[in-house]
Amino acid sequence: MSVDAAPSLRRSLAIVGVGIRREPRWFAFAVAGSTLYGVMTVLTASAIGKVTREQIQPAVKAGSVTSPQLWTIFAWVAGAVLLNVVGVVIRRIAAGFTMYNVAAGYRREVTRQYLRLPLSWHHRHPSGQLLSNANADVEATWNVFAPLPMALGVIVMLVAGIVQMVLVDPIMAVIGLTVFPALFLANLVFQRAMSPRVSRAQQLRAEVSEVAHESFEAALVVKSMGREEQEAVRFEEVTRRLQGANVDVGRTRGTFDPVIEAIPTIGTLAVLAVGTHQVAVGVLQPAAVVQVAYLISVLAFPVRALGWVLGELPRTVVGWDRVDAVLKARGELAFGDQQLKHSGAARSQLKGVDYSYDIVDEAGRESRFQAIHDVSIDVPAGSTVALVGPTGSGKSTLTNLTLRLVDPDRGDVTLDGTDLRRVVRGGVSSVAALVPQQTFMFDDTVRGNITLGLDHTDEEVWAALEVAQAYTFVEALGAGLDTRVGERGASLSGGQRQRIALARAIIRTPQLLVLDDATSAVDPAVEQAILAGLRRSSSGTTVLVVAYRMSTITLADEIVYVEHGRVVDHGTHQELQQRCEGYERLVTAYAREAAERAAVTADEEEVVR
Amino acid sequence: MSTSIEATSDLGTVATLRRGLELSPELRRGIGVTLALAAVTTVGRVVVPFVVQQTTDHGLLGKGGPDPGLVTRYVLLALIAVVATALSAYAVNVRLFRASEAGLASLRLRAFRHIHDLSTLTQNTERRGSMVSRVTSDVDTISQFVQFGGIILVLSLGQIAVATGLMLFYSPLLTAVVWLCFVPLLFVIRRFQTIVGRAYTAVRERVGDLLAAVSESVVGAATIRAYGVEERTAARIDAAIEGHRSAAIRAQVRSVVAFSSGQLVAGLTLAVVLVVGTVQAVHDDLTLGQLLAFLFLVNLFTQPVQQATEILNELQNAVAGWRRVIGVVDTRADVADPGDAGQVLPRGPITVDFEGVSFAYPGGATVLHDVDLSIAPRSRVAIVGETGSGKSTLAKLLTRLMDPSTGTVRIDGVDLRDVRFSSLRERVVLVPQEGFLFDATLRENVRFGRPDASDDDITLAITELGLDAWLAGLPQGLATEVGQRGESLSAGERQLVALARAYLADPDLLVLDEATSAVDPSTEVRLQRALEGLTRGRTSVAIAHRLSTAEAADEVVVVDRGHIVERGPHRELVRAGGVYSALYASWSAQQRG
Repeated sequence: MSVDAAPSLRRSLAIVGVGIRREPRWFAFAVAGSTLYGVMTVLTASAIGKVTREQIQPAVKAGSVTSPQLWTIFAWVAGAVLLNVVGVVIRRIAAGFTMYNVAAGYRREVTRQYLRLPLSWHHRHPSGQLLSNANADVEATWNVFAPLPMALGVIVMLVAGIVQMVLVDPIMAVIGLTVFPALFLANLVFQRAMSPRVSRAQQLRAEVSEVAHESFEAALVVKSMGREEQEAVRFEEVTRRLQGANVDVGRTRGTFDPVIEAIPTIGTLAVLAVGTHQVAVGVLQPAAVVQVAYLISVLAFPVRALGWVLGELPRTVVGWDRVDAVLKARGELAFGDQQLKHSGAARSQLKGVDYSYDIVDEAGRESRFQAIHDVSIDVPAGSTVALVGPTGSGKSTLTNLTLRLVDPDRGDVTLDGTDLRRVVRGGVSSVAALVPQQTFMFDDTVRGNITLGLDHTDEEVWAALEVAQAYTFVEALGAGLDTRVGERGASLSGGQRQRIALARAIIRTPQLLVLDDATSAVDPAVEQAILAGLRRSSSGTTVLVVAYRMSTITLADEIVYVEHGRVVDHGTHQELQQRCEGYERLVTAYAREAAERAAVTADEEEVVR
Repeated sequence: MSTSIEATSDLGTVATLRRGLELSPELRRGIGVTLALAAVTTVGRVVVPFVVQQTTDHGLLGKGGPDPGLVTRYVLLALIAVVATALSAYAVNVRLFRASEAGLASLRLRAFRHIHDLSTLTQNTERRGSMVSRVTSDVDTISQFVQFGGIILVLSLGQIAVATGLMLFYSPLLTAVVWLCFVPLLFVIRRFQTIVGRAYTAVRERVGDLLAAVSESVVGAATIRAYGVEERTAARIDAAIEGHRSAAIRAQVRSVVAFSSGQLVAGLTLAVVLVVGTVQAVHDDLTLGQLLAFLFLVNLFTQPVQQATEILNELQNAVAGWRRVIGVVDTRADVADPGDAGQVLPRGPITVDFEGVSFAYPGGATVLHDVDLSIAPRSRVAIVGETGSGKSTLAKLLTRLMDPSTGTVRIDGVDLRDVRFSSLRERVVLVPQEGFLFDATLRENVRFGRPDASDDDITLAITELGLDAWLAGLPQGLATEVGQRGESLSAGERQLVALARAYLADPDLLVLDEATSAVDPSTEVRLQRALEGLTRGRTSVAIAHRLSTAEAADEVVVVDRGHIVERGPHRELVRAGGVYSALYASWSAQQRG
């Protein structure tokens, strides 16, 4: 990602403007609170001056004071302070609402994009980065709303202060006013120096998160191969770079902070020095000097709020760029307006389908790799078709195409003759179900993982579990259907997860059921029972099944044999066994192996005898 | 025995800070000099406005009229102080950043390493996203406090002390009034601290929920699309986002109220001082000039008090983050590396013995009962049994991913608990069913097994396993990027990579837990043959549903409901007519179709 070395102030403010338009009301409240605070800060000084002149001085002169007088003193000062505090409370609470509401809105939009964008996009983006986009980057973008209302209030104060100064004495005002451009200039230089450093730190923060995320996901492999040290080194490398970047940010901030703090003091001293001289030569009243000096010191601290805003802006721009890249990402599947029929088995067809995906070589050059070549498969309504082929031959890609998880480059994929690209959003998944090779469990209950929010009775859930041979183990779980399965179903074994995933598909009584080697983690007896159950319950279902086991394959009406992304042959088991060498080798591998071993063992036994 | 990561340590604020400093000793390094410099900065911050005020009083408004000479001297003096203050402030900032970043980097590293050192069981009780936040954003909250809040807190306390001294010089009575006004605030602050602290802890937890929900939408992308449950997932994410938003606002409101109470007290103090001061001035105990000068000092006092109350709120945020990091660092690793005290075993053929081994999950049923098992060196053992019979538990005990509840597992006669991890992992490697791949090239993933392996070593390993034809069919051979979690490859291909990775690591005992379950039969048979030829001299234990593995093994161990019910060569067990022969009958029926 290229980061503009010094994003223009205009661009940063434009981003802030986008945020303000999201929550104009809360932002207006915050600015109103801030204005009240600003006005009251100036007025508190006036209130003290007023009671000093009108109450305290006369009292001291008179040598006596009445309690109404004392109450007046108290009331004026306390009242001014109270209003000031009210201003602060409004400003801060409203700023909080603005900031968190806007951030929550962007989090919703970013995650909506994650749900909308195609799988190919997901494969290109590290999950750690996507987490960072939705969390840290959104936060970085809108943190500016914490100091912003105060800064705007300060501008009101500043205008009021400047007017007062000019009224007091134009010459003094000019000296005093050089302070503010100086402050502004210092802030601008600061912002330019900070911007690239902050970007780098933010980028590295995301990298640290990515490495940690991947490493923790790999925890089992790391542990079982004893690579903890190696992982720690990998994490340390990026952590140390972040450390360096943060120190760099700190040094820059450390340089500018004292400068920005010193400028108003120097201004005050200049006013005093010049002012005293002016008073000595008789062109100015001492009170004028005091008042201007006082105004500078009162305004100096709040003016720093402008600095805070300028200091946040680089982070805003960097965060926005990262978030905006997600929001602008395109390539989501387009949908049509065709409905699919919701009863009876469906016919699924692939016609002359090509599919390729982007690959990146080690030098970062992109190219396409064609995984599927001119594949046509016809799965007639109500039939069972087995997809057979060696590991890596493209079977899973074909199942993904069948359910429109991806679109082909060329050719058509249809259900009951309707091109899937013309089907309404959600149309395909409402009639077809996939049980993938590697199952995914939500951090939810067993029930929630099966119904996925659809309205099914517990009886229906138990019935689906029974077909999937999961009834017994779910019953034995602590809370039955209400048992929480943990993140990614961590509390279940691989075989248990597969059976829950099967139940998830079965309960939907789909018109097309696609099983992608969906019983690889269950033992043979259980698999037999599952297949028997499916046969009984799925009369109205077309089944496309990726399988290696002969028992599954022979259930199929037709077998499609693929190699290297091409259909090599199709037909019945007997036909393929006779004419397709690759198929024959694949499906009889175990039997041949067993026979060979038996022969060898028999020979050995002969020898022993 | 607790096996979960502590959500947050239950240490109090002070104990948390103490433990935090213990874990990041760099935070303390050179702190003496930093504090001395901070003292200089503080004095400068009070002295400069004081000199300015004195200049006004004596030079401009002095009894003898304006005195430019005096003013010039004072202004020069103040300028020197300004420069000295700025320089020391710079030094304090930089030193603080260096120390805190070093300290927090080591805290990150320590927590990261410790998460890997926790047992698999413990790791699985925690959401991955939540573990990530413990080494990222939780640490960031601490750094924000240490770098900005921490120093301001120190400076503020210093300024409060200096301002009190100056106030005492003017009027002990009014100083007492100021302090009296602030004493109630001290009590209120303590109460607010608890409330605000709790609110920030809730925010940190909601961040964990948020990350978990978002990560589901990312990792589960394929399932979500296949089932068209985008809207349901969106609703779940929205709930997490809303949970975070409302927790953050609740914390904000609470901290604003806490902060404003400080500001309110400061303002009221000013009013009270004016009233009491007026009475004093009327009774000639104080001049009007002294009273106004004192008001100026009150500001120097209240400003840092307000800042300190705000910082204390931020402190609670940092402490909440710190507690979560400490929570993970202080979670005991229940399957611990004996380290230097452990034995280093020589390489070579390996013997395994289980003696009276039982295992129960914490708070769960016993899944293995009193298992005795010996595995001879160079033998190939297959463990079979129904789903949930305890096969995988055996594999995990054998590789010391878990420790037995009772009994002992030994390799070469040594209790696994006494073997140094570096030695154990070198000799014993597990290939799980879902071997995670890193988002890198195929080459790098295989090399994970042996970091010093050359391309030739890797190609040789893949060829020896009979996978060269598969490799040749990949778009870019060894340079093929496998994608996030290896998702550019199929599940079967991922298993091939995981196997090659373990094979390259060249252990004395290879434990395969359903490691080829997604691989096609002819590749599996080929792999088996290759491993057979190559594992002469190596011991292997394979857990498999596909009984082809059992047929090829020297010995088959049949596990049923946590007990070993049969063991012996395949042919003998088939003849024996027990559990295994039934399993085998169902398996061969499947093969015949």
